Amino acid sequence: MKDAVDAKLIVNGVEAGVEIAPGRRLSQALREDLGLRGTKVGCDAGDCGACTVLIDGSPVCACLTPAAQAVGRDVRTVESFENGVLDNLQQSFLRHGAAQCGICTPGMLVAASALLTRKPVPTRTEVEDALGGVLCRCTGYAKIVTAVMEAGLAPEPVEAPMAGQAVGAAIERLDGVPKVAGREQFGADMIREGMLAVRAIRSPHESTGFTLGDIAAWAAERGVEVFTAADIPGENRFSVIPAFRDQPALAVSHARMRGEAIALVAGEPEVIEALNLVDFPVTWVPEVSLGDPDQAEVGDAPRMHEDREGNILIRGLVQRGDAEAALRSATHVAEFAMETGYVEHAYIEPEAGIAWMEDDVLVIRACTQAPVMDRDDTALVLGLPPERVRIIPAAAGGGFGSKLDLSLQPLIGLVTLKTGRPARMIYTRRESMSSTTKRHPARMRARAGIDAKGRIAGFEFDGQFNTGAYASWGPTVAVRVPVHASGPYFMGDYRARSRAVHTNGPVSGAFRGFGVPQAAILQETLFDDLAIKARIDRLQFRKLNALKDGEPTVCGQELSGVGIADCLESLTPHWDEALARAAVINAQKGRVRRGVGVASCWYGCGNTALPNPSTIRAGLRSDGTLWLHQGATDIGQGANTVIAQIFADALGVPVGRIGLIGGDTALTPDCGKTSASRQTFITGKAAQLAGAALRAQLLAMTNMGEGATLSLDEGRVCVTDGTRDTAIELANLQVQPDGYVISAEESYDPPTGALDENGQGAPYAVYGYGAQIAELDVDIELGTVKVVRMVAAHDLGRVINPMLAEGQIEGGIAQGLGLALMEEYIPGRTENLHDYLIPTFGDMPEIQSILIERPDPEGPFGAKGLGEHVLIPTAPAILNAIRHACGARLKRVPALPHRVLAAIREAGEIGG
Amino acid sequence: MGAYLQPDTLDEALGILAREPVTIAAGCTDLFAATESQSLNGTVLDVTRIEGLRRIAKDATGWRIGAASTWSDVIAADLPPAFDMLKQAAREVGSVQIQNAGTVAGNICNASPAADGVPPLLSLDAHVEIGAKGGPREVPLAEFLTAPRATVLMPGEMVTAIRIPDVSDKGESRFSKLGARKYLVISIVMVAARLHVQDGFVRDIALSVGACGPVATRLAALEEALRGTPLAGLPDRLQPDLIASALTPITDMRASDEYRREAAVHLLRRVLDDLTLMRSPV
Repeated sequence: MKDAVDAKLIVNGVEAGVEIAPGRRLSQALREDLGLRGTKVGCDAGDCGACTVLIDGSPVCACLTPAAQAVGRDVRTVESFENGVLDNLQQSFLRHGAAQCGICTPGMLVAASALLTRKPVPTRTEVEDALGGVLCRCTGYAKIVTAVMEAGLAPEPVEAPMAGQAVGAAIERLDGVPKVAGREQFGADMIREGMLAVRAIRSPHESTGFTLGDIAAWAAERGVEVFTAADIPGENRFSVIPAFRDQPALAVSHARMRGEAIALVAGEPEVIEALNLVDFPVTWVPEVSLGDPDQAEVGDAPRMHEDREGNILIRGLVQRGDAEAALRSATHVAEFAMETGYVEHAYIEPEAGIAWMEDDVLVIRACTQAPVMDRDDTALVLGLPPERVRIIPAAAGGGFGSKLDLSLQPLIGLVTLKTGRPARMIYTRRESMSSTTKRHPARMRARAGIDAKGRIAGFEFDGQFNTGAYASWGPTVAVRVPVHASGPYFMGDYRARSRAVHTNGPVSGAFRGFGVPQAAILQETLFDDLAIKARIDRLQFRKLNALKDGEPTVCGQELSGVGIADCLESLTPHWDEALARAAVINAQKGRVRRGVGVASCWYGCGNTALPNPSTIRAGLRSDGTLWLHQGATDIGQGANTVIAQIFADALGVPVGRIGLIGGDTALTPDCGKTSASRQTFITGKAAQLAGAALRAQLLAMTNMGEGATLSLDEGRVCVTDGTRDTAIELANLQVQPDGYVISAEESYDPPTGALDENGQGAPYAVYGYGAQIAELDVDIELGTVKVVRMVAAHDLGRVINPMLAEGQIEGGIAQGLGLALMEEYIPGRTENLHDYLIPTFGDMPEIQSILIERPDPEGPFGAKGLGEHVLIPTAPAILNAIRHACGARLKRVPALPHRVLAAIREAGEIGG
Repeated sequence: MGAYLQPDTLDEALGILAREPVTIAAGCTDLFAATESQSLNGTVLDVTRIEGLRRIAKDATGWRIGAASTWSDVIAADLPPAFDMLKQAAREVGSVQIQNAGTVAGNICNASPAADGVPPLLSLDAHVEIGAKGGPREVPLAEFLTAPRATVLMPGEMVTAIRIPDVSDKGESRFSKLGARKYLVISIVMVAARLHVQDGFVRDIALSVGACGPVATRLAALEEALRGTPLAGLPDRLQPDLIASALTPITDMRASDEYRREAAVHLLRRVLDDLTLMRSPV
C-alpha cells in the first residue's frame, strides 16, 4: 500500500531536484516547480494539446496527468530536444515555416517525435492522426504536416540570399530558432524573484450590480491583498480609440458583461494557486440584461452608456450615385439577409504577463499587438506619465486582433505599483474566452441589381453589428464595413449603412478583417444569386464587374495597382477543372454532392482615413554590427523577418547581417499596432526609407554613387562601385549617445484623407486583393460539409517572403473555414475549446496558393498587406460551394450540419 | 489538498473506499478537465497502479476489460471482430493523448450522454463489475447508467472491470460518430452496430445510439424485428419509427433534436450497409 507522497520526477533522463505534490498537474509541476517552461498550457482541459509530453514514449496531455502517475516513469518534454543543435524535426519546422507564433510548436514537436520514432517517413494521414490532438490557430496545419513528413528526408541545400536579394526570398523566420527550440518566452513564461501571483474576481452575470463585503478581513485571513476600482490611481476607463474611452479596468459597483473584472487578489504564488475564490465577499445584484441588439435598439431600452442614445455606439455610411434608382431600373435584382454569431479568436495562448518596477518605471512584459497603445492607456489608468510605463511585448501566442486591447496590463500594473513587487497573471482559458473581445455578430440585409449585360446596377447594404458592452473597435468596424461592403467591384450607385449597437454581450473588437468578413459573406453570396439569375458563370460574373485601375471605388477613390482582375484570371483554369470534377461526381446522383464556389476580397491596409505612422531606426556600431530597431509586433505573422528583408535590400546588405532589437517601448520607435494588415506596408515602408537613408549616408561619406555595393566587415563598411574600393573605419567615428556611429531614423505615414458625410474620400493609401475557390462535398442526408480543396489567389503587390505569405493564406483559410462551418461563441456555454470548435488537422483541405504581384505605387517595393485579406473570401466561397452542391442557401453561419440539412430541405431541389 | 492514495492491490483500494469518501482517479482526463484547480482536490484514490487492473483478457465466461485499461490498450488488444466497433470508438475518443490516458471504465463512470464508449459497449451486452469491501456485484451497463452524470455506483464501491459475455463476442461490428470536426470532437450522434449472421440470416443484432438522450440506448424493438430476417436487404428494413421512438434527443448548440433523430437513422443504415456489404459474396 502506497500513500503517495511528494516525489521526484525523472524528466528528460534527469532526476529533478524538487519533490512534487502527487495530485498536481504535471504541466504545472514541470513549469512552475521544475522551471521547464517549454511545455505550454493552453486550456488545462486536454482540448488543445499544447502541453503534450511523452510518458514512457506515449504522448499525453501534461495538464491532465497527476504528477504521481509520472513518478518512476520516463517523462520527455520539448527540452529533451535541446542538445545545442536543432534536430532534423526542428530544422524541418524552421525550413517549412511550420511555426508562426510558436505557442503550439512544443506540443507539435513532442507529438511528432513519438510518431517519427516508429515511422521515420510517415504518410499525411499518419501525421494527422498522430498530431490531431494539438490545435494550431495560425498555420492552417499545412506546413506542419509537410515539416513532419519531411523531417526524415535530407533537405535540399539553400543558399542565403545575397545583398539586394532578400525581398522575394523564402527565407526562414529570423526569430524562429527559439520557437522550435521551446525557448520562446511567452507571457506566462517569465518569472521574477519575489513575484506575486494575481487572480481576478469576475462577474458571473451579463448585467449586475455588486457590493463588496468585508474584503479586508477576507484578505487578512488568507494572507493576500485585494485591489478594487477604489485603488486605481488614474482614470479608470480605457479604450483603443481615445474618443470612446468607456471600459473600466475594474468595474465600479456595476458590471456590464460576463467575465468583467471587479477585483484583484494578489499574494504569494502558492497561496494564490490554492485559493478558493468562491467565498470572496461580493454580493451580486443581477439586473435585466440586454442580450440582443434588436432589444437594445428599441426606444425605451435602458442605456448602457449615458451618452449613447438607443445604445448606438456609432453609425457608418458610404453612398455614391443613387442606389435606389439604379435598383429600380435593374434587369435582375437579388435581396437577402444573413446573420453571423460571435467568433472567438481562440489563440492557443491565454493572456499572460508580468509587471515589475525598474527604478520609478513600471515595466510590463505581456502578450500584445500594440505596445505603445498599451503604454499610453495603462499609464492613463494608473495615473502615470507615459514615460513611466515601459511595455516589452512578450512573444505573443497568437493575437488575430484581440490582443490589441488591454487585458491584464493595467491589472498587474496596479498590483506592482501598489506593492512594489513583481506581479504575474495568467488567464485561465475560461477567463480568456469570457473577458476578451470577439468578432462582431452581424445582422445584415443587402439588395443588388444588374443590368442586361450583367454589370452591377445598384447595391444597398445595411448591417447591424453587436458591439457588446464596451466600444473597443466597434467604431472601426462601423466605418470599415460600408467602405468595403461592395467587394472589389465597380459600382456607381451604392449605399451602405452600418451601426454598432451595445448589448450586455462580450465586447466585440478587432478580429482579422474588422467586420469585412461578415459583410463579404452576404455580398459574395448575393453575387451568386445574381449570376444564377442572369445565367452567367459565377467567376465570369466577378471578372465582368472587377474594379480596374482608374475606376472610382465606392468612396470615389481612384486606385492604381488594382489586382483583383489578375487574381480572378489566375483562378480560371482551376475553376474550370473543379466544375468538371463536380459534374462527374454529381452525375452519379449519390448522397455526396460536390460543390464549387468562388469569392473575392479587397481590404484597405492601415487605419481608415486616419494617420497611422511607423518609425524605424537603425544603426551601425563601431564593431561593425548593424542593428534594426523593429517595433512592429510579430505575433507570428512574420514582421520581424519581412521588415528586416525590406530594410536589408534598401540598405544593400545581406539580411543575415542584421541584428534585431525590440519591440520595447524604451528601445524601439513607435511602429503602431499590428492590425489592419498594415505592418508590411507601413512599417515596411519606414524600413525601406530608413535603409535608404542609412545607405545614402554611407555613400555620401565615401563619395560613391547610388550603384555602389556595400559590405560589412569587422569594424568597417566597405564600399565599391566596381572601379574604386573604399572603406569607412567605424572605430574612427564618434559614438553617438544612442551607441551608434552611424544611424538613421525614418517615419512613414500613408497618405489618406478624411471621409466626407457620404463616406467619400481616400480612406486608404493601399489596398490588397484576393479571390479563392472552394471545392467541397456535401452529404445531402446528413448535411455535413467536407472542404476538399481551396485555391487562393492573392495580390501582394510584391511578395516579400513567399513562405510566410503562404503561411498567412493557409492560416487565414483555416479561420475562414471555422467561421463558415463550426465556430460560434455563446457566452456562458462555449468558454472552452471543446464546446467552442476550431478546425483541427483533419478539417483542412488541400490549399493551393497563387501569389500575384501587381505592384502598388505606394507600398515598399510595391508591396501590399495580406494578413486579413486571406480570411475574407473563404467563408463566402464555402457557402457558394455548398449552394452549388445542393441548393442550400444558408441564412446564417456557422453552417452546422443541421442548418445545412434544413437549408437543403428549404431549397427543395438538389442542384449541381 | 487531501491525501493522494495509490494502492497496489484491489483489497487495499476497497479498504480505503470502505473507510472514507474519496475521488476515484484513473486517466484523469475528465477529472482535470472539470476543474481549473492545479491539483486534484480532496482525498484521491488513484487506481492506475493496482496490480492486474490494467488488463484485457478472456476467461471462461467472456472478456474482461480491467478498470485501469486505457483506450490505447483497447486499440492494441487482440480482440474478435465483434469488438471492432469498440476499437473504432477508441480511436475517436478525443485525441491520441486522451486515448493514452483515459480509461474505458472512466468513460462509463463519467456517464456523459455523449460518452464514446457506451454505444459499442451496449452493443456488446457489457456488464459492469463493481467491487466493494462487502463483495462484488455485477450490473448490466444499461442499468449502470441512470441519467447524465449519474450511475448506480454507491459510496464504497468502484468499477473493477467491464465484462463482455461469451455469447456476445460474435459477429462483426461497426461504430460511427458524427461531429462538427475531425479530431477532439464531442458527438452530435453516434451509433454502434454488431451483426451476427448465420446461413444468410440475422442470428443476432445489437444496435445502440448515443448522444440522443440522457443515456445511450439499445434499440430493442428494432433488433427484435430484425432478428431472424435475411441478411439481404437488411438496411432497407430499418424502421425509422422504431428508432425514433427509442430516442429522446435534445436541441443544443451542436444540433436540433429533429436532426439527431434523422441522423441516427442514416448512420445506422450506413453501418448496416457496411456490415452487409462485407458479408455479401463478391
